[in-house]
Amino acid sequence: MMVQLTPLWTDWLIYALCVIIAVYIGYTRSKPHLLAPWRKVVRNPTAVASSVILLVFATIGLLDSIHFREALPQADNSGKTVYSAEIISAFDRLAKPLRDHVEKTYSAPLAVNLFAMESVEQADGRVARLFPRLKYAGGHLGKDIDQSTQDQWRLFTKGAISGALLWVLLGFMLNAALATHAKVRFSQMAQRLWRGQTELPWRTLLFTIGIVLWFGSIVWQLAPNYHLFGTDKVGLDVLYLTLKSIRTGLVIGILTTLVMLPFALLFGIMAGYFKGWIDDVIQYIYTVLNSIPSVLLIAAAVLMLQVYMDLNKDAFNSVVERADVRLLFLCLILGVTSWTGLCRLLRAETLKLREFDYVQAAHALGASHWKIMTRHIVPNVMHIVLITITLEFSSLVLAEAVLAYVGVGVDPSMHSWGNMINSARLELAREPMVWWPLAAAFVFMFVLVLAANLFADAVRDAFDPRVQ
Amino acid sequence: MIGYVLRRLLYAIPILIGVNILIFTLFFAVNTPDNMARIHLGLKRVTPDAIAKWKHEHGYDKPLLFNAQAKGAGKITETIFFGKSVPMFAFQFGAADDGRDIGHDIKTRMMPSLALAAPVFLVGLLLYITFALTLAFFRATYVDYAGVVLCVAMMSISGLFYIIGGQFLISKLLHLVPISGYQYGTDAFKFLVLPVAIGVIGGMGGSSRWYRTIFLEEMNRDYVRTARAKGLPERIVLFRHVLKNAMIPILTGVVVVIPTLFMGSLVSESFFGIPGLGSYTIDAIRSQDFAIVHAMVFLGSVLYILGLLLTDISYTWVDPRVRLS
Repeated sequence: MMVQLTPLWTDWLIYALCVIIAVYIGYTRSKPHLLAPWRKVVRNPTAVASSVILLVFATIGLLDSIHFREALPQADNSGKTVYSAEIISAFDRLAKPLRDHVEKTYSAPLAVNLFAMESVEQADGRVARLFPRLKYAGGHLGKDIDQSTQDQWRLFTKGAISGALLWVLLGFMLNAALATHAKVRFSQMAQRLWRGQTELPWRTLLFTIGIVLWFGSIVWQLAPNYHLFGTDKVGLDVLYLTLKSIRTGLVIGILTTLVMLPFALLFGIMAGYFKGWIDDVIQYIYTVLNSIPSVLLIAAAVLMLQVYMDLNKDAFNSVVERADVRLLFLCLILGVTSWTGLCRLLRAETLKLREFDYVQAAHALGASHWKIMTRHIVPNVMHIVLITITLEFSSLVLAEAVLAYVGVGVDPSMHSWGNMINSARLELAREPMVWWPLAAAFVFMFVLVLAANLFADAVRDAFDPRVQ
Repeated sequence: MIGYVLRRLLYAIPILIGVNILIFTLFFAVNTPDNMARIHLGLKRVTPDAIAKWKHEHGYDKPLLFNAQAKGAGKITETIFFGKSVPMFAFQFGAADDGRDIGHDIKTRMMPSLALAAPVFLVGLLLYITFALTLAFFRATYVDYAGVVLCVAMMSISGLFYIIGGQFLISKLLHLVPISGYQYGTDAFKFLVLPVAIGVIGGMGGSSRWYRTIFLEEMNRDYVRTARAKGLPERIVLFRHVLKNAMIPILTGVVVVIPTLFMGSLVSESFFGIPGLGSYTIDAIRSQDFAIVHAMVFLGSVLYILGLLLTDISYTWVDPRVRLS
């Protein structure tokens, strides 16, 4: 199928981030002293388990960052391809059944009927108040809709068994590979693996992947035929919404630190290295920024953007692009409010480092200030940068929800956990209550933030010289 | 000491000017006074006369930052920036864009904010320190391990979850306290109990874990070993020696927030319908009231700078080695 790639602004930044990570990996591989802390991270079972979860989220987020427009079926035979005006992502393409199965309004998880009663005209002309059938959920059952529970159990069992089988197969393959590598018998290796006596925490890895596979394949079986987490007010599948929100969360968590990093590094190191009036100016700037309550600063900036967008409506071709610019701007402004902490840490560390013998030596040998800063100081503060990035990530993901509530978060048209939680306030007040969009958003957010917190802890333990 | 405090207060002035310039440029970078007038007068069918009148009444009929037509010092003083910012330094907040007196609003709304934030702060501090000390006492056992796991899990839950979940469970299912609202006087208790409890629980994970790290760091010091070597029971070591010394790093993070308690909490105030400064700010953000946002930013900055000053002073109080000069 012909597609036209239309990367958004945040997409470009995500690609850039991937390149940076690839370069970092390539650079680190050949440097034993840089590799050592990472070796410590991969030996930590919690870190391994949480990084598997993070990878799953990252994969979905990455797939959701490849945006394109599909070619429309040709109306005439002119040979010109016409592209749809709608921008979708590779993830949308994969989750097509979820995306297309739009019901009328709320429906509970795994339900086959709408959540609200409606007046429906019967075949004999009478009007009855009942819960109408959903258009898509259980549609494959046709008339046997009363068997939906059995059907769901069947699909569940199918998913559970296939997931378990896949997992066993994977375990066998891993064990075989490890046995060959360690030159021991298969059974011996299996015993070691089971008891967790391997050098790297393979057992944890295997179990985490097992859980992911198991849940994944159950969802895989159920999701196309039913609304696993129900539907929201306009009938969208809640599972689809939560999965789409992953990208928003990741973008806010990662790109914010990416945009603030250059400023924090440059200002922090310059303040610590040059001291004097440069230090005074930089300290002045970050005290000013710090003393403004951050929510208010973000609010003022977002309001400004809102006005700008209202005045320049023509600059944006589609809702998606508009929402994307707002997301990017939010990352920028969050970066502005959060760089001060890192800047202060870097300044303090540089103040200490600049008095060290090797810096003095470099100075005596005639190295320029720029050279000393980039070659001698930056590599020695990188651990602070890395620890801060990982620690900051989870708080940013959580902050997104609060900002959405205050009304200065991502665009209301963009799928995000914050927007889901925000709209849930009215849903909870309904009688009977609509709880599933809220629950889904909270659970996904919790899993991502927990994994990020655990991973950040492992990274800090491995990189912080004070802990060692 | 007094000299130091005075110098610090003088140093606050350029910072506050910076804050004012920043918030002012942010707000007026794309927004014009004409726009604001239109928003407040209603978007449709506004006569130029009405706009001019609104601008004149609210002090927006001057140039933004620099008045080229005025003479002498008037080039600076005859501007919106000067007119809106300078009275702030005397805590004259003026009128909101819809005409209410901001200073009066702040005065009446400060108490409810404080009634919510101060108990959260005090109860929280006590609880977190106790919990962290318990974990430190049982360090490297399953109690400690379970406690840390609990802390990390609690940190990972969104603050909104505690609020929504608490409101649902306590108010809606169990009907123990009203869902939201506020009354002045002693009746405030039943409205405040739930927000306070939720505020305390919400901050528990992060703070307890941080305090635990501080305590553990302190327990590796030589004086702790000496105290143990001379036969002091662990209880005394913890409470008399470790706690006192750990107060120094704890104070850095804690004292700075005390003045900002007046500002209230944005989210929980508006969830629980408490008429404090937090919900005031949210309403102002939503209705794009520049005067209120400006006043709150200014107040927040002043209180933050005050907090920094208090932190420095409190150092001399807990650590006799520190002298301010």
